[in-house]
Amino acid sequence: MQSDPLIIAGREFTSRLWVGTGKYKDFAETKKAIDASGADVVTVAVRRVNITDRSKENLLDYLDPKKYTILPNTAGCYNVEDAVRYARLARAAGVSDLIKLEVLGDERTLFPDTAGLIEAAKTLIKEGFIVLPYTNDDPIVAQKLVDIGCPAVMPLAAPIGSGLGIRNPYNLKIIMEMVKVPIIVDAGVGTASDAALAMELGADAVLMNTAIAGAQDPMAMAEAMKYAVFAGRLAYKAGRIPRKLYATASSPIEGML
Amino acid sequence: MAETIQIQVNGEQRNCRGDATVGDLLRELAIKIDRVAVELNLEILDREDFDHRSLKQGDRVEVLSFIGGGAPVDVRDRGRVFVHAE
Repeated sequence: MQSDPLIIAGREFTSRLWVGTGKYKDFAETKKAIDASGADVVTVAVRRVNITDRSKENLLDYLDPKKYTILPNTAGCYNVEDAVRYARLARAAGVSDLIKLEVLGDERTLFPDTAGLIEAAKTLIKEGFIVLPYTNDDPIVAQKLVDIGCPAVMPLAAPIGSGLGIRNPYNLKIIMEMVKVPIIVDAGVGTASDAALAMELGADAVLMNTAIAGAQDPMAMAEAMKYAVFAGRLAYKAGRIPRKLYATASSPIEGML
Repeated sequence: MAETIQIQVNGEQRNCRGDATVGDLLRELAIKIDRVAVELNLEILDREDFDHRSLKQGDRVEVLSFIGGGAPVDVRDRGRVFVHAE
């Protein structure tokens, strides 16, 4: 395939598979899985430094910020104030204005609080952040996020870490048709076919963490996801045949005995 | 000699020299400053200011950095031990 970069807010990304860095056994496994996935965007969380045990290694010793785009998130934030605070801390700790904004509404589902999300996004955009919002598969909310200045939206496929796959392909399709910015399907993917389906629907990228980190063999699953995203993208660009109820012969009748 | 003051760093009580700056504290803790964000009494500091901001009795300092994350920790996973970076 020819070069097919993903461009968000003027930044060019080569990989359409983005990965999280949580839930791995150790940093060595994290790095191997990310290498196998071919992802050039990795999400990270912001937490307190362990000041009592300084022997622990740092994630960024393993992930060269020159090689990967480090995308900090506001994971674990359940209100606007916390999300805005963590975003500011992420910017202070990092090198860019990129933030994957999460404002969660409920602990059991980890579904986004979309009203809070829009409010937090407005504040951060005013402060010059490039806000990539983790949102529900709601086309109206997605459009509102774009209207206030989000350069991409990240609707979920299913609850975070659930592995349920693409639960509402029609809503995602409507978002993709309606919203004129890149769509990154984020959360809920379970296996390679889920990632391929997201891309076949027309997603610009897929972000996942648990599907890879939680697999029996994370390195192998990372590689499977790389090919799935690539294949799904190719199929989307190739343009699939329409679905028909009855058969259409592939071989000509002419010349038969 | 400067007197000792008590401050709170990441939620833990700690003694430090009365004339210490945020930069001094980070050096004492062997924390590389290029990868952290520092909040002093809820105010996020610019890295360039670490050496100019002095600490005083009762200050609350938060030092944060990037750790492995993609999704928030699922409540059902909370009993499990995940290896987190700092």
